[in-house]
Amino acid sequence: MMGRYALVQRSEVSLKSIMLVPLVTFVLALLGSMVLFGFLGAPPLEVLYRLLIDPLASAYNISEVVIKAAPLILIAQGLAIGFRAKVWNIGAEGQLIIGAVAASVIPITFPESQNVLMLPAMMLAGMIAGAAWAGIAAALKTRFNASEIIVTLMLNQIAVQILYFLINGPLKDPMGFSYPQSVSFPPVAMYPLLSDDGMLRANASILVVILLSIAALIYVTRTFSGYTLLVGGLAPSAASYAGFSAKKAVWITLLIGGAAAGLAGVGEISGPIGRLQPSLSPGYGFAAIIVAYLGGLHPVGILLAGTFMAIVYVGADGAIIDVGLPPAAPVIFQGMVLVFYLASFALVQYRIVRVQPEARA
Amino acid sequence: MASAFGGPVSLTFQPIHACRKNKNTTFVASLAYVIEAAPLRVVINNREQHLKTKAGESPLLLQLRNITKRYGTYVANDSVDLALEHGQICAILGENGAGKSTLMKTIYGIQQPDEGEIVWNGEKVAVTSPSVARDLGIGMVFQHFSLFETISVVENISLTVPGSLPDLAEIIRQKADEYGLHVNPDAPVHGLSVGERQRVEIIRCLMQDPKLLILDEPTSVLPPHSVQQLFGTLRKLSERGVAMLYISHKLEEIRDLCHCAVVLRQGRVTGTANPRQATSAELARLMIGQDIPTARHAEAKPSCEPALTVSDLTYENPDPLGESLDSVSMAVRPGEIVGIAGVSGNGQSTLARILSGEIRLQGHMAGRIQVFDHPVGDAPPGTRRQMGVTFVPEERLGRATVPTMSLADNVLLTAHGAGLVRKGLIRRRQQADFADKCISAMDVRSRGRQSIASSLSGGNLQKFVLGREILLKPRILIVSQPTWGIDVGAAAMVRQKLVDLRDTGTAILMISEELEEIFEISDRIHVMYHGRLSPSVQARSVTAEDVGRMMMGEFDQKMRAA
Repeated sequence: MMGRYALVQRSEVSLKSIMLVPLVTFVLALLGSMVLFGFLGAPPLEVLYRLLIDPLASAYNISEVVIKAAPLILIAQGLAIGFRAKVWNIGAEGQLIIGAVAASVIPITFPESQNVLMLPAMMLAGMIAGAAWAGIAAALKTRFNASEIIVTLMLNQIAVQILYFLINGPLKDPMGFSYPQSVSFPPVAMYPLLSDDGMLRANASILVVILLSIAALIYVTRTFSGYTLLVGGLAPSAASYAGFSAKKAVWITLLIGGAAAGLAGVGEISGPIGRLQPSLSPGYGFAAIIVAYLGGLHPVGILLAGTFMAIVYVGADGAIIDVGLPPAAPVIFQGMVLVFYLASFALVQYRIVRVQPEARA
Repeated sequence: MASAFGGPVSLTFQPIHACRKNKNTTFVASLAYVIEAAPLRVVINNREQHLKTKAGESPLLLQLRNITKRYGTYVANDSVDLALEHGQICAILGENGAGKSTLMKTIYGIQQPDEGEIVWNGEKVAVTSPSVARDLGIGMVFQHFSLFETISVVENISLTVPGSLPDLAEIIRQKADEYGLHVNPDAPVHGLSVGERQRVEIIRCLMQDPKLLILDEPTSVLPPHSVQQLFGTLRKLSERGVAMLYISHKLEEIRDLCHCAVVLRQGRVTGTANPRQATSAELARLMIGQDIPTARHAEAKPSCEPALTVSDLTYENPDPLGESLDSVSMAVRPGEIVGIAGVSGNGQSTLARILSGEIRLQGHMAGRIQVFDHPVGDAPPGTRRQMGVTFVPEERLGRATVPTMSLADNVLLTAHGAGLVRKGLIRRRQQADFADKCISAMDVRSRGRQSIASSLSGGNLQKFVLGREILLKPRILIVSQPTWGIDVGAAAMVRQKLVDLRDTGTAILMISEELEEIFEISDRIHVMYHGRLSPSVQARSVTAEDVGRMMMGEFDQKMRAA
């Protein structure tokens, strides 16, 4: 017998089932990749091992995980504050680039400097530039009601072109055999490494990220300002009744998100890269959107989700080389995470019911 | 059970399957057709009745047997039995939180009972969703509205009623004229007042050719003459076999309209009554287990200096379908309650938003609103609160409170200035204390301060909101529709609290559609009509008829003639 199916909103959604969503998402995405990559000839268990266990199996791999987790978590913390207020900043990638470009001007101008204040100055410059880049979207939103989704998305492209222009022009290393890249940064422009072992690249930026995550936790759970943003996201009429300015919320959230992304950009050039170059991020700004939602838009959840995504990033990188996965594997995996997340989140809020074709009275 | 009081009304018709076929044609979905087509149906029905009686068919349209619904350990409905005949109008009475809404949601398929069964036309049915309920022939007018805000009235209706938009719009216009449910089919829903939204809900239900209508406080936003019109409609429907479950707190209406009354208290059926024989006081006693407390209402002793002054305020609403204001002037003094009467949609909600600062005035108009002689027309809501003005808006859920937040967090919404925040950080202890104080002072029935706002019944939420604003010790309180949709017990308490607050020297402005309420606690009365405000009259020296005439704009013509 044929029946129609419909989604019906659940009257009650338990906290437990909401907490289960990320877990179910991870498991399904892992199973999905085992199956999908299995079809490409990779043995499923090998894929699982590569994605989950191998990244944690050596000090080098763990160090790589830390390097990738730092920008993911940092950007996601900033974005989540906006998402909770229903301000959709999807331009973190561009804000990261602009932050990196602005910060790189300092070491490129003073390549021989030994001033220990250089890294703090770069962090500050990166945050200000990232915030200013996001601020364009805030200004257009509050002045002309332009959708911040479109504006931030398009600013990504502009940021990339600015980077390309500068790296082929004023910021190019004149001695670099016309490679589009800057001079190498002096040691004072770099985050200190966490260990003396020359092989391990993990640096102190992760400590900054953890500190800022704690700050984010305090901001969203303890401060009145964080509360007003959440009210604006949940019930705009209530925010207006209470007198919480919607424009202020747009400004605060976009500036915070932009500053976090800009700082993440500094983390790249002052960390594993060590100079300005055309490719600064393998899409951290977009992956961080997934991290923010997987983490339930909660600072602690984002720490966990960002670490998980970093593990899979590193695992997939290794698997591309060793097991012969396609280079798109990490992106495919991210896509699966997103789809499974949306599906399980929908099923937590709605249930599927069979609609009888004709209810006989 | 049902026939014990009131008895079956005139004719009992079986619902007709012929009707379902009609649903496919545009026009037939309308109420008009149901009424017009009735004689034809009698013939069909008699035959069906005959056949079914032979088969031993029950004459009951709906039976609930032993319905129990629990939320965790909280029993919202406890073994509820109910029987409803075709064409019977049955009142569901009960205090806030008595389980009325839960029971109606079960019948309408929004939620499933934990125990018990629903019998429809003698057959056990599982009403698994509202669409199943609608297919069975059950329609519901909600207390909290279920309209999409971003689309127009007719588009909303077209979601559940077949037919082209122009045809539906035409039908809506006809319904609007017929029942005094005035609404513009092309208006976007977000621009409509609460009253207008409910009218849309009622119209939508009437268009769906129901056999059972569930009406949750349907008259609370209708002007008096439309109530009688609506009752005429409901009676006609009843005569033609449509049964109704009628939730209302207006006892006079129930006595006027309903054939039977079932009283719920704490989830159980505690009694049944024939509303036509019982007095209002008796019904009220059944409902709350005690006599209705009325507001103690001594003569006001206002001081002379006004707390809130509005002088010659004109506001052109940028939304062409929104309400504008035209030379509104008034003054509210400390220690008095000024009531603004009038049918909703005449500018009251715009006035309330301008007074609260949700709409801010620009330029020279900013000085037209003064709080203790300070111009505040361009000040944001927070600034006005700091000056001692608090507000209770008509939408409790979504405006006065954040639906998904706990009561504790909702306290912060307006009470953040009362020592709950220090150096930008929320002080959890003070926040919890404030919430607890509010809950106990107002007898808010909930599972404590961690209860989610949307889990409270309308009356309890209103008590919470009012309590929060009163605890802020306002010098001026502006309250809209303070008892809209809440039961007599809670309404009496809310009014008493307003009178008590007045006696402490607070200036209170109350916007209300309920004339009885206006008369019960106001000291002076204004009437709003088409964006204009009448001069005030002394509540003790004016009759309801006078105010009723003013509500039809009579003051305006006098003013123009003068």
